[in-house]
Amino acid sequence: MSQDFRLDNIGMVNRNKKISFTFNGKKYFGYEGDTIASALIANGVHLVGRSFKYHRPRGFFGVGVDEPYAILQLERNNERDPNIRATEQEIFEGLEVKSVNCWPSVNFDIGAINNFLKMFFPAGFYYKTFMWPPSFWYKIYEPFIRMAAGFGEASIKHDKERYEHKYEYCDLLITGSGPSGLASAYAAAKNGARVILAEDKPRYGGSLLTSDVNIGNQTGAEWSEKIITELKSMSNVIVKNRSQVFGYYDHNMLVMSERISDHLPKTQKYLPKQRLWYIRAKEVLISSGSIERPLVFGNNDTPGVMLSSAAKEYIKVYGVLVGKKPLIFTNNDSGYETAIEFKKNGVNPLILDTRKEPSSDIITEAKNLGIEIKYSYVVVAAKGYKKVKSADIAKISDNKKDLSNIENIECDCICVSGFWTPSIHLASQSGNKSEFNEKIDAFIPKKSKQKENTIGSANGKFTLEETINEAFNKGYEVSNKITENNNKVSVPTVVEKKSTEHDKFWCVPLPKGKSYKRFLDFQNDVAVTDIELALREGFRSIEHVKRYTTLGMATDQGKTSNLNGLQLVSDIENKVVPQVGHTTFRPPYTPVSIGAIVGREVGKHSKPTRKSPMHEWHEKNNAVFVDAGVWLRPRYYKQGNETLFEASKREAKNVRKNVGVCDVTTLGKIDVKGPDAAEFLNRVYTNAWLKLPVGKARYGVMLREDGIVMDDGTTTRISDNHYHMTTTTAQAANVLSHLEYYLQLVWPELNVNVVSTTEQWAGAAIAGPNSRALLMKLFPNTDVSNEALPFMGYKEADLFGIPAKIYRISFSGELAYEVNVESDYGNFMWEKIIEVGKEFQIQAYGTEALSTLRIEMGHVAGSELDGRTIPHDASLEGLVSKKKDFIGKRSLSRSAFIKPDREKIVGVVPLDKTTSIPEGSYIVKDPKAKLPNPKLGHVSASCWSVEYDNPFSLAIIKDGKNMIGQKLFAMSPLKNKTIPVEIVSSHYVDPEGKRVRA
Amino acid sequence: MLYIFCPHCGSRSQNEFAYGGDATVKRPELNKEISDQEWNNFVYLRKSPRGKHLELWHHISGCRQWIKVERDTSTHEIFKTYKADELTE
Repeated sequence: MSQDFRLDNIGMVNRNKKISFTFNGKKYFGYEGDTIASALIANGVHLVGRSFKYHRPRGFFGVGVDEPYAILQLERNNERDPNIRATEQEIFEGLEVKSVNCWPSVNFDIGAINNFLKMFFPAGFYYKTFMWPPSFWYKIYEPFIRMAAGFGEASIKHDKERYEHKYEYCDLLITGSGPSGLASAYAAAKNGARVILAEDKPRYGGSLLTSDVNIGNQTGAEWSEKIITELKSMSNVIVKNRSQVFGYYDHNMLVMSERISDHLPKTQKYLPKQRLWYIRAKEVLISSGSIERPLVFGNNDTPGVMLSSAAKEYIKVYGVLVGKKPLIFTNNDSGYETAIEFKKNGVNPLILDTRKEPSSDIITEAKNLGIEIKYSYVVVAAKGYKKVKSADIAKISDNKKDLSNIENIECDCICVSGFWTPSIHLASQSGNKSEFNEKIDAFIPKKSKQKENTIGSANGKFTLEETINEAFNKGYEVSNKITENNNKVSVPTVVEKKSTEHDKFWCVPLPKGKSYKRFLDFQNDVAVTDIELALREGFRSIEHVKRYTTLGMATDQGKTSNLNGLQLVSDIENKVVPQVGHTTFRPPYTPVSIGAIVGREVGKHSKPTRKSPMHEWHEKNNAVFVDAGVWLRPRYYKQGNETLFEASKREAKNVRKNVGVCDVTTLGKIDVKGPDAAEFLNRVYTNAWLKLPVGKARYGVMLREDGIVMDDGTTTRISDNHYHMTTTTAQAANVLSHLEYYLQLVWPELNVNVVSTTEQWAGAAIAGPNSRALLMKLFPNTDVSNEALPFMGYKEADLFGIPAKIYRISFSGELAYEVNVESDYGNFMWEKIIEVGKEFQIQAYGTEALSTLRIEMGHVAGSELDGRTIPHDASLEGLVSKKKDFIGKRSLSRSAFIKPDREKIVGVVPLDKTTSIPEGSYIVKDPKAKLPNPKLGHVSASCWSVEYDNPFSLAIIKDGKNMIGQKLFAMSPLKNKTIPVEIVSSHYVDPEGKRVRA
Repeated sequence: MLYIFCPHCGSRSQNEFAYGGDATVKRPELNKEISDQEWNNFVYLRKSPRGKHLELWHHISGCRQWIKVERDTSTHEIFKTYKADELTE
């Protein structure tokens, strides 16, 4: 298809590179540098979608991020990208896009019937139309509305693209590379500041690319090219295009999304698709420019009605005509600039100016070019369904209330200009309270709350001379606060055509007998009547009106609609706009892909994975791993076709019968050193520590100040002033912070230091009746007899030339030792243990067998010390000293903690000795009691006892100590099970603890 | 994200720190007889002022020192930071 609307001699696209793409399955051509919008318009395509509610035809309204209409679905490299803006997405060879919110096609859309049923879809229709009968909502209405609503379809596959995060610091961040951005960046960079200049579009220069101005002796476009080239060459400047600063957060942290590969057919190797920048800037200059405001008239959403600035940019940047018979409808001089560009490119526009007798340089130039102008004229309504074919125009009275001389004239596009709205979003996000400026009928930033300044048209400065002067000064002033270089560059002279005042008129009245829809919000189909209805129904606050009518919501966030909405509310309410106020601007300024926000923290990468030095051995020996905090631990070692249940039973049995070895590297380890270490431990733990001799370990329990058990573990006195503390795997980090808190803030007088040594030691627990025999072979030069190394003893020894530490401690309840060596020797130690242990039938065991062993011994762990239990509940009250004070002691005398029927840990055995009790089951007296059935407690851990070959569980139940021997029920509503059980002692195996001392 | 001046390391982003609550709370001395009410106030009661607040932050991904930060809870302005053992104004 030929590009009928492409101009030959104007524009910045690369004519030497033709690019083909498909839209709704049909092939089109454009040039490198085109957006989907410019390429489609060049091909005469204006119908690209259907509106949200009424399914009215949708074309293009703008030329950038403010676009409310042209939302498309993109397929790129087998990935689906919903809600991309056709005005922003650059084309690449093979790009595929399609329309959304239409079925079966954009040309013939069944949903358009809504347009004729619009009386059923007033503002807030979903609050009132589909209410009866109530049962219909869930099955009929909601699925129907869900199917009918929404734009793009998100992919449900994993996104295979890569996204990155980057942290950056700078003196000055400048958002937008228009005249003010370039000028301030240049002034600041020359003054030695570290500058980041971010531009959302692919091309730098902003309005300089399209306006007819001179700076120095160059055109605006030439000057911007020169400045950007120089900035790029400076080492203190980062210049980024396709980069949107979308959020302004606390302490001058701004977030920017850089679209690195979206304009390419495929993401290049070693590059991400998008990169999210977290920028901490000492100062921020907001130069985000302004967005043209629409004028409101009948059917103003018809494809072919668009912003006049957009029409100008399509001509000057893309060399594309949006129409060949344009009607320019304006209340200010900007419309004339567009008309002049049409005229210069051989097209005759007609200007309708709402003003009576304006005069300025620009208007004179238009007249001199022979452009036809009608003053005090308005567009009443656009005609044509899928594209503008003509317009009803009329003369408007001086009071702007009455229309006369209504006539229909032919046109193929209507370019509207209702003056300019500064983009104050970022300033507002920073906490800057805006103020309404009567002169420009818009809000501009007021007093800075953070270190930011807004410059240029974003600050309501609409002449280039003012903008350039302000920007050079601010760039210098702000940078000099930081660099103090006093290096001021001279401000170039500016030549521009003078313009005159705009007309405050913005909404064309309806002619008698007509009920044209006049749209305010083009993305959500919010018309003048919807706002009127909301106000009639009593909504007053602008925030409520917004939510009821959906004005200013969705992907464009009302960039083109907000101010006209406010104008309407204030007109109806007889208020002025500042009284109504504006809704809150929140990040993001433009939609950001979830992928960019997530970055690399996907799946397994969302937290670090820690592996023990023996990890490879576990892998080689068919370990099945489980996440334990941030660690990967072997759950069991699979032999043949074993299940988890079979393997863990085998491993646990072997510990009870022969000997087993378990990787305990993951246990938290903390070195506690200093002359006051014993005193400190005495305050941290509930039991006494002052008399622990060197070479001995002790089990300890520590509490929070509220009396709840925080953690448990053994601590060994290595030398006079040196203790080796162990914590549970899960609590290691918390315990260290806890100790640091007390040492630094509460008892700074104690001379103690703590440091984590978790990763410095590899640990192996050797447990079972054969463990001493194995130890004797591992450490032939060390006396490991019961006398020399008794239970809770500690010895340093030599493991085939490697220094090792032996702690005689036991979690399994068997005769057991934990051997530690420096991490680098961990694998060596492990392989030696396995090798030497062969003759004693050694087997490695995982966390599942470990659990079984500790549960049937009644040893508590995380499932009992769950943040709700005090020492008594876990049968640890014997470890609570009555003689000394310690952290949390005062709480233990709380009435709830000392009541006679306080919860206590017990053992639970099913009466049939075969049914396993699900963890989390409730223990109740009567399974048939009226609901809610009063529960006595819950099952905290379950296992299959290898000692007795039947199920065994631990439970924490009310008055546990008096419940032994009772027949009760374990109920699991989740698993739908009721199991008759008997309550027994929690110490199911070896209650006297003979084995550990053997 | 806040930018917190650590007196030991300099200015660092909030994600290096863990919040530690009210810094004006003083733990009762060990072995001191105190009423249930007093103990309850220490363990559970915290003011949640709007405006200036002296609070604890723990530089867990940095120097691991607990520091005191004087911050405005409504604007996030940080006025001053102190070392753990420094006297506050």
